[in-house]
Amino acid sequence: MTKMYLARNPKVAARCLDGEMMIMSGRDSTLFSLNKTATILWQSADGATPLDEIVEKRICAEFDVPRDEALRDAEKLAQELAGHEILQVSEEPIVPGVGR
Amino acid sequence: MSLPELITEIELLSLTITIGGMAVRVHTLDAQFVRMLEDRYAGFVGAADEDPEIEFDIELAAPRDTDPNADVSVRCEGSRWILQRGDFRAEWEPEARRGWIRQTANPYSIDAVLRIVHTLVLARQGGFLLHAASAIRNGKAFLFAGVSEAGKTTISRLAPRDVTLLTDEISYVRRKEDRYVAYGTPFTGELAKLGENVSAPVETLYLLAKGKENRIDGVEPGEAARGVLGNLLFFAHDEELVQAVFHSVFEFVKRVPVKRLTFVPDQRVWELIG
Repeated sequence: MTKMYLARNPKVAARCLDGEMMIMSGRDSTLFSLNKTATILWQSADGATPLDEIVEKRICAEFDVPRDEALRDAEKLAQELAGHEILQVSEEPIVPGVGR
Repeated sequence: MSLPELITEIELLSLTITIGGMAVRVHTLDAQFVRMLEDRYAGFVGAADEDPEIEFDIELAAPRDTDPNADVSVRCEGSRWILQRGDFRAEWEPEARRGWIRQTANPYSIDAVLRIVHTLVLARQGGFLLHAASAIRNGKAFLFAGVSEAGKTTISRLAPRDVTLLTDEISYVRRKEDRYVAYGTPFTGELAKLGENVSAPVETLYLLAKGKENRIDGVEPGEAARGVLGNLLFFAHDEELVQAVFHSVFEFVKRVPVKRLTFVPDQRVWELIG
């Protein structure tokens, strides 16, 4: 099974205010407010930790949800965030500052 | 019979427009255009010996079919900014503190250039321009933010005599150490009345909402940030500056109370302000 690695896009601006993570695209100034799961993905996106480990240690620990289902949802969400250029996703670990 | 003069001395005319404490000097050959600008920016014309932050040479083009409602484009190429809309093109080199504007003889194009340039300068200094009316009462500035039709002009029109109006459309916010100061602007909305060229520390920012009663409610920090971000005036597609302005807004909402002001259109709403 292929791994998925996530890294934050350094070109977006992010601030957490009272538990709410807000992100603004540097490209077109679109503002995003992340839900709890997306916030966990953003906070855990260090380029080195595979998604299945993030799901197991952070998402399943916080939400009462079966691991496989949580992983499928997290993969979908990660791709969605990548579509908005909030996250970078890769099948290999992502080195900071190196584009895909 | 003598030969006609081959060389004629051309007088370059200048005008300094000072908004938010920042002087911009414009140079043109057209005396009528200068008079138009003196009228347009009455109250914001600075002293001739004021040291300008930026100087613009204005090249007046012949009238042609232009679209002032076309999308504005603001981009940085190397060391210069290029500002463009259907009715003007301008370039500005921040390091040289100089630029030029090509437009027809109208006050709207240069107004747009000034707004853009001020947003770019403020972005690096922790300030911003905001779609908000603003006014001073008892030495404190109050901002009333909202999109078109939210009530900016209405609340400005309802202001009692002891209130000094800074603007009914575009508020000018500058960071001064740990506080924020609002300045009057000549950028008007439907009221078509220039703000007073004065300033005061920002006391509260109100997010405007029309309703059936006059009421002030607190808002969650996230809603406050979204409310301010949603009313920001910023044109540049520049990742570094967008990030700077984004963080400036969060610094602002950390230091300035943001509340929701629901109001009915009558003067009693001002009993809640100040």
